[in-house]
Amino acid sequence: MLPELGHFALILALLLAAVQTFFGIAGPHFGRERWIAAVRPAVAGQFVMVATAFGCLMASFITLDFSVRYVAENSNSALPIIYRISAVWGAHEGSLLLWILLLAAWTLAVAFGLSRLPEKFGARVLGVLGFVSVGFLLFTLATSNPFLRLNPAVPDGRDLNPLLQDPALAYHPPMLYMGYVGFAVAFAFACAAMLEGRMDQAWARWTRPWTTAAWCFLSMGIALGSWWAYYELGWGGYWFWDPVENASFMPWLAGTALIHSLAVTDKRGLFKSWTLLLAIIAFSLSLLGTFLVRSGVITSVHSFAADPARGVFILTFLVIIIGGALSLYAWRAPLLKSQAGFEFGSREMFLLFNNILLVVALAVVLGGTLAPLIVETLGMPTLSVGTPYFEPSFLTPILPLLALVAFGIVASWKRGRLAAHKRPLLVTFGVSLVLGLALAFGVYSGATVLTPVGFTLGLWIILTSLLDPVDRWRRKLTLSRSIVGMTIAHLGLAMAVIGITAVESFTQERDIALAQGESATFGRYEVRFDKLADVEGPNYGGVRGEFNVLYDGRPLMTLHPEKRNYWVQRSVQTEAGIGSHRGTNILIALGEDLQGGKWSVRVQLRPLVNYVWLAAFVMALGGFIAATDKRYRTVKSEATEPAPGTAGGVLEGKAG
Amino acid sequence: MNKFIIPLIAFALLVVVLAVGVKHSPENTIVPSALVGHPAPEFNLPELLEPGTTVSSSELKGKPYVINVWATWCVTCRIEHPVLVQLKQLGQVPIIGINWRDEDDLARQWLAEFGNPYTHVPVDKEGRAIIDLGVTGAPETFLVNSKGIIVHRHVGALSLEAWKKDFEPLIRADLGTAANAAGSAAPGPT
Repeated sequence: MLPELGHFALILALLLAAVQTFFGIAGPHFGRERWIAAVRPAVAGQFVMVATAFGCLMASFITLDFSVRYVAENSNSALPIIYRISAVWGAHEGSLLLWILLLAAWTLAVAFGLSRLPEKFGARVLGVLGFVSVGFLLFTLATSNPFLRLNPAVPDGRDLNPLLQDPALAYHPPMLYMGYVGFAVAFAFACAAMLEGRMDQAWARWTRPWTTAAWCFLSMGIALGSWWAYYELGWGGYWFWDPVENASFMPWLAGTALIHSLAVTDKRGLFKSWTLLLAIIAFSLSLLGTFLVRSGVITSVHSFAADPARGVFILTFLVIIIGGALSLYAWRAPLLKSQAGFEFGSREMFLLFNNILLVVALAVVLGGTLAPLIVETLGMPTLSVGTPYFEPSFLTPILPLLALVAFGIVASWKRGRLAAHKRPLLVTFGVSLVLGLALAFGVYSGATVLTPVGFTLGLWIILTSLLDPVDRWRRKLTLSRSIVGMTIAHLGLAMAVIGITAVESFTQERDIALAQGESATFGRYEVRFDKLADVEGPNYGGVRGEFNVLYDGRPLMTLHPEKRNYWVQRSVQTEAGIGSHRGTNILIALGEDLQGGKWSVRVQLRPLVNYVWLAAFVMALGGFIAATDKRYRTVKSEATEPAPGTAGGVLEGKAG
Repeated sequence: MNKFIIPLIAFALLVVVLAVGVKHSPENTIVPSALVGHPAPEFNLPELLEPGTTVSSSELKGKPYVINVWATWCVTCRIEHPVLVQLKQLGQVPIIGINWRDEDDLARQWLAEFGNPYTHVPVDKEGRAIIDLGVTGAPETFLVNSKGIIVHRHVGALSLEAWKKDFEPLIRADLGTAANAAGSAAPGPT
């Protein structure tokens, strides 16, 4: 009964989304007050229906209703309850439903949220969001219905993919989708502005908190995915430039550019058409990511459900949504003129560079991800693009970008006057250089050319980020949430840079054959294989090793890597033993039984890799703080705002 | 022309690439098997339907046949099963259903309930033959030609469309060459 109820609720949600789209877009166009008034109830209704459908699917999982095909394929009576819940989004159909639920939730937040939008503009935003929702609901109902029954029911399910039976993976998709879907809000704001043919600084102020929030979720989602891949896939890296990883990284790059360009539009009324374009691109890349992962167009370790019928549907949807938005852009963007200009050396100029370099980096990742496909289209032999391409080509725009962060933070809006900031820039750079060199050659061994560069840039970002807040604090000026949030996010970036530099420079990894009682040394660390025992879990059995890690001969920790055999899925899974000591992440994974008591064992020591993941959460924290700044909550429309010139002047005065 | 149309043009180009990608992507994600083009591995396994006897790959030689890997714990196998029953009715080639890591009683019950499309049901409890075949999951289906060479591998549930598209031409070609070989030995078949 429940699955049918869920199915029915999903159909009702589709109808309500259609109502929301029609009244949201047609209402303001024809100036019908009553049509506009119908939009928000439709939003609320759609959310209730989608939540009902989602709840029904979750209930089917919790009660293990194996007459539902999706449940039978992705769970098992031996599956622990927490993974029964996360199994809801463990495969294609359910993750799509999760996407729809989150979209409905974001839409609800926009409709009844804190920032009161003007009636007409708000209706248009909701109309565009409704349109996106219609597309996804149609997609689910037509090609990926999770409520289909199995007749007859099976006695037990096929179990969730063991790779996904993991806490990080329980949170990873919801976070990632929160980010993807959040960019739909920025997209809807952009489309509404273009439909209206008007875009002012108030528009940027409405859009900023939503975009920042989406970006925060995406940052955390990417970090969780990377952390999961690190210890669950056991390949030992934190980033593989895999198409699916790239699919989530590209919207993040576009979103980062958008956040900065929105700041310029908000403060100075510049970059208007560029900001609109970035808002469209960020969401388009989220959709493209879904398309790449779900259509089987590009094969990847992470893609679970590949089905070309779905690919055709998503592609059509992409053409309508993105093609439509870009056509609107080609038509409307020429109307948007920026009144003001800016000087050489102003903050605007550095943010422009930031945008250009981020877009170049984005193009590099997009090109590398699509290259195999393009080559295939041209009929050439298949090609695999990996780290040797991505690393150098990604670093080319990113290193100058990191070097420019310090300038951008220190520079003032509107006016150049870079000479005035020469001293703090030089002093902080000098300190960073000395510390960077000391870190690179003093603490660890094995530095390359890029090691001191990475450390110096990271430290420079830290020092320059702190200049302004420390100065304000000493002069007992108020620190707004915007400034605190921005500073924290930039510190997060610096953390990531330093962490990545350390991992890339100082990682030690070896595959060794060890028998029980034997040990191997890695610099000052020693790894001893002590014991091997059988283990049994709820839905798996296997062996569990006991390894002691010693530092300078003193015992440090005991790690327990496992090799699991999942009964139902008949797959073997490696669970690495992971510990950390003085910032160095120690990973031990059991490989193959080499007979005669020996096992192949993979040992990896990665300094500061934890900081890379933590950095994403620091950035997200900064973003959340900035997004909750007071100034976004009390935004009125243009009519009650001071003229752009005065606003700029006031801000300029404060910043100086 | 205004410069704001450039993103639209770029997007149109991207769509062309993606559209070709969708067209090219295989109907089912086929993991290329190293075994396609190689002789089918030898096996000698107990027969499910006649306890006490065994089925061996040597007695199947000389005619094309299909190996289907199935189990009662496999949900997709249940979805695939009616297709196999239909194929048996077509009677083109014998279907050998290797029962993988399963309970004999459950397997017999399954065949009694849903119909038996298989000529032989070898029981592979340890999964030896399965490993030799390079199976990654159930169901999987292999076509072995009259020379004992694996000529096609299908991963996931078989459909009649896939059968018509991928299996039938290969079976016809194989029977054709076999007939020709017979024809050249015997005088004038026309």
